[in-house]
Amino acid sequence: MTVVAVLAGGRSPEREVSLRSGHRVASALQSRGQDARLLDPAEGPFVENLSAATVSACYVALHGKEGEDGTVQRLLDALGIPYTGSTPRACQLAFDKVLAKEMLDAAGVPTPPWAAMQATALRDLAAGPVLHTIVDRLSLPLVVKPSRAGSAMGLAFVEHERDLPHAVMNALSYSDAAVIERRIEGPEVAAGIVAGSDPLPLVEIVPKSGWFDYAARYTPGATEYYAPARLDPEVAAAAQGVAARTFDVLGLRDVGRIDVMIDRDGDPWVVDVNVSPGMTDTSLLPMAGQAAGIGFEELCARVLQLALDRAPSA
Amino acid sequence: MAEFNVDPFSDRYARRAAGMSASEVRALFAVASRPDVVSLAGGMPFVQALPTEHVLEVVEAVLSERADVALQYGAGQGSPLLRERLAMLMAEEGTLADPEDLVVTTGAQQALDLVGKILIDPGDTIVVEAPAYVGALSAFSAYEPRFLQIDLDDEGMVVSQLEEALLRGERPKFVYTVPNFHNPAGVTMSRSRRSQLVALCREARVPIVEDNPYGMLRFEGDPEPTLRSLDPHNVIYLGTVSKVFSPGVRVGWAVAEPGVLQRLVLAKEAADLCGSQFTMLVTERSFDGELWRRNLARLVDTYRSRRDVMLAALAEHFPADARWTRPSGGFYVWATVPEYFDTPALLAAAVERKVAYVPGTAFYPDGRGRQQMRLSFCYPTEERIEEGVRRLGELLGDEEELYRSLSG
Repeated sequence: MTVVAVLAGGRSPEREVSLRSGHRVASALQSRGQDARLLDPAEGPFVENLSAATVSACYVALHGKEGEDGTVQRLLDALGIPYTGSTPRACQLAFDKVLAKEMLDAAGVPTPPWAAMQATALRDLAAGPVLHTIVDRLSLPLVVKPSRAGSAMGLAFVEHERDLPHAVMNALSYSDAAVIERRIEGPEVAAGIVAGSDPLPLVEIVPKSGWFDYAARYTPGATEYYAPARLDPEVAAAAQGVAARTFDVLGLRDVGRIDVMIDRDGDPWVVDVNVSPGMTDTSLLPMAGQAAGIGFEELCARVLQLALDRAPSA
Repeated sequence: MAEFNVDPFSDRYARRAAGMSASEVRALFAVASRPDVVSLAGGMPFVQALPTEHVLEVVEAVLSERADVALQYGAGQGSPLLRERLAMLMAEEGTLADPEDLVVTTGAQQALDLVGKILIDPGDTIVVEAPAYVGALSAFSAYEPRFLQIDLDDEGMVVSQLEEALLRGERPKFVYTVPNFHNPAGVTMSRSRRSQLVALCREARVPIVEDNPYGMLRFEGDPEPTLRSLDPHNVIYLGTVSKVFSPGVRVGWAVAEPGVLQRLVLAKEAADLCGSQFTMLVTERSFDGELWRRNLARLVDTYRSRRDVMLAALAEHFPADARWTRPSGGFYVWATVPEYFDTPALLAAAVERKVAYVPGTAFYPDGRGRQQMRLSFCYPTEERIEEGVRRLGELLGDEEELYRSLSG
């Protein structure tokens, strides 16, 4: 029988989240009769383990660096093993918020006004004073995030200019660049996309603290979720439209989750792109699936099938 | 429209559970526990030094000779023989305790919880050190106190600050202190501070909770008298075998005057009826004879060498304007980095470079500690300590310009 390795864990700060995703995906696939095994690239020699298990496809449930930035995908391409999700190039683009925003902007997909601050610029070019100019240009409140990280790690909401340097430091601990973005006030929704399936209903995110940060994401009960989102149909359609455009512009494949803020006029703004959406018990893509009548097992099976379809015919 | 009820209990939690949430720092520690990361974060004792054959003999003897007791419920206060052994450990540090005044707890951590349970009403003020043991802060927090933090210096708690607070009209329910080889600060309360604190608290009728997990891990110099030995009537004393034997057996204890003791025992019974008879018997027998002394002496030697390596590595690799404490025992060095650094922010970058520490903010309930970090020398080998401090020093060096540029 076909052996599927569910890749989870890894060395990124999202290791724990990924392990939770991976365990759930593996048992979902197992209950569908699949020989699915959890494989942690950070435990033992990864490539050896892959070939020892005679893996014929991988389900990528890794989050963060290595798993979402194209590293693992390039390796699997070299090994000729099909895997779920996007190509290395698309991963690289989507995972790097600076590059992704530039591409979306150039393609006319709305993404909030931003400035990028690279650590090197601060180190070597004494760029510190530029922060004030950035505040003037973007105006408060702001969101600061690491360019290359997920799960809202290193994310900070800035309401006063005096808090900006600290927020940038925090983001730069996770990544070599920080994205400083104008905060869009309004509902936040997540658009799940599974290739070949109808667009999934939007999931509306209402964090009780007001901020959808790490604690709000991973403490059950800290955030309320509504699916479908409580939006006018036209507003929801527009949000789904920009999500689909994002998927295409960045060249995503199989599956993705696009996070969108809706401003007061009902206009959507893309704030984040995930090539390996969380699959934990508090994750958004599974909720979207459920709202569309697609159970978790079915969701995992559909995503896996997309990868299996690319397998060289035996 | 459907609301996804991820947690159907979310509107049922008590106020005291409000702070119990997922945290980024915890997620980072999950990565830090990987073998390629040098963790200077955890406070795990070096249990590899235990004589495993002897432990095995003890466990076998307990099960073959005392299975009827070991596998049964027991007295909430703990067996008389174990209490004698624990009182004997206190006598080693010069503290006389009647085994009758002692209750065995599930680690000293449970004693902290029980103390909070019987003494703290919501809104009560309790005095802790700045910084303070994070486990005590979380144990007490469940009882919703207000923390009044008193600074530490190289001589331990700055008692004059407490005196001023009392003069201002503060009426704390109790004062919590770790006088020996403080966690996280590494400092030890001087003899004169001990006398001052005991006198001040007796005068003001404020009880002291003395937490002494590390007292027997002294590397040099003469031991200071415990606060309990200076004023038995006003001091609740907490001890543990975690650092001198094993944290896995979960054996700690509290010594208190009869009124307090009675309530601690009742609270203990309400919490878990009794501790594990099995591990209590193992502990009791492990402190029979003299082998534990040799083992402790070996542990102290190991920790002393590791501390020396850490201090030398800090001197070599840390920025010239960083400062750190020089503990004469225990597990921890407390380092202060220049003011443009931010230790919670720096943690992810440190883990990326495969070294971890605990940011100082964990040890203050009020958000201070951004320039501090706790570095443990108890668990990693000397080579790993040297390497970990080197990686951390390199990170501080590399990031100095970045942080300066942002805080300028």
